[in-house]
Amino acid sequence: MKISDLSAFLELRVLSGDPCREYDGVYSGDFLSRAMSRVKADNLWITIMNNPNVIAVASLTDAAAVILAEGVTLLPDAQNAAGKKDVCVLTSPLSAYELCVRIHELQKSHAGV
Amino acid sequence: MAENVVFHFDIDGEDFSSAGGASVTVKKKLRQLGIDSEQIRRVAIAMYEGEINMVIHASGGTADVIVSDHEITIVLADHGPGIPDVSLAMQEGYSTARDHIRSLGFGAGMGLPNMKKYTDSMKIETELGRGTTITMTVNIT
Ligand SMILES: Nc1ncnc2c1ncn2[C@@H]1O[C@H](COP(=O)(O)OP(=O)(O)OP(=O)(O)O)[C@@H](O)[C@H]1O
Ligand SMILES: [Mg+2]
Repeated sequence: MKISDLSAFLELRVLSGDPCREYDGVYSGDFLSRAMSRVKADNLWITIMNNPNVIAVASLTDAAAVILAEGVTLLPDAQNAAGKKDVCVLTSPLSAYELCVRIHELQKSHAGV
Repeated sequence: MAENVVFHFDIDGEDFSSAGGASVTVKKKLRQLGIDSEQIRRVAIAMYEGEINMVIHASGGTADVIVSDHEITIVLADHGPGIPDVSLAMQEGYSTARDHIRSLGFGAGMGLPNMKKYTDSMKIETELGRGTTITMTVNIT
């Protein structure tokens, strides 16, 4: 599925980059050194961290996109870095838990058709 | 590859927000050299963790990456405080990071364990008050 296919259901707003990429798998967590080893290429990474280091980790792991939960937006430095490194970042008012549940539901119904 | 390819970086210890930049550059270069993506991933993880540690714990240092035809060697050298107890520092979850560092998302105590896990060899030379040099290799298969 494309990230943009999730937009309405997850109440996503694009902060940076192109949400047309396909994603595969999800990681949720805020500690950078855990994310570094757990986020796989093409994953969605759900976090509430919004500093430039998040962008470096997303870029190094080749995450399809970062979804900032609970309405968090990027700090100015991070917004700059995301633009430069071409990292796709979105924000949602939902919690990390709700985001995971909804992504799971969408995937199930997608696989069913 | 006939000759080794070498990259050198000075890692700024003041600049938190651009920390990780050297690792991002190395990842790009390795891609251009046609290195396998799984090996690039392992180098990126190990180098990023080491680079960040130099910024957070040692106020900066240098990073050298040497690509030969059979392995990638990463040498991270700093003149920081040194690591008093290496086996303790290597334990998952052990961290001396302060609160303001933790609030940035660091301090899980997973950096050194990740460096060990994702490389084929890792050597730590450290002296209190003098600094730390970490040498890691990733085999090219
Ligand atoms: N280059 C270094 N110089 C001095 N001390 C270091 C250095 N690298 C690591 N340490 C010490 O080893 C501890 C463990 O390092 P490690 O990278 O595993 O965790 P961390 O940096 O505290 O947290 P994380 O990497 O998960 O964000 C650090 O908290 C620090 O005390
Ligand atoms: Mg660390």
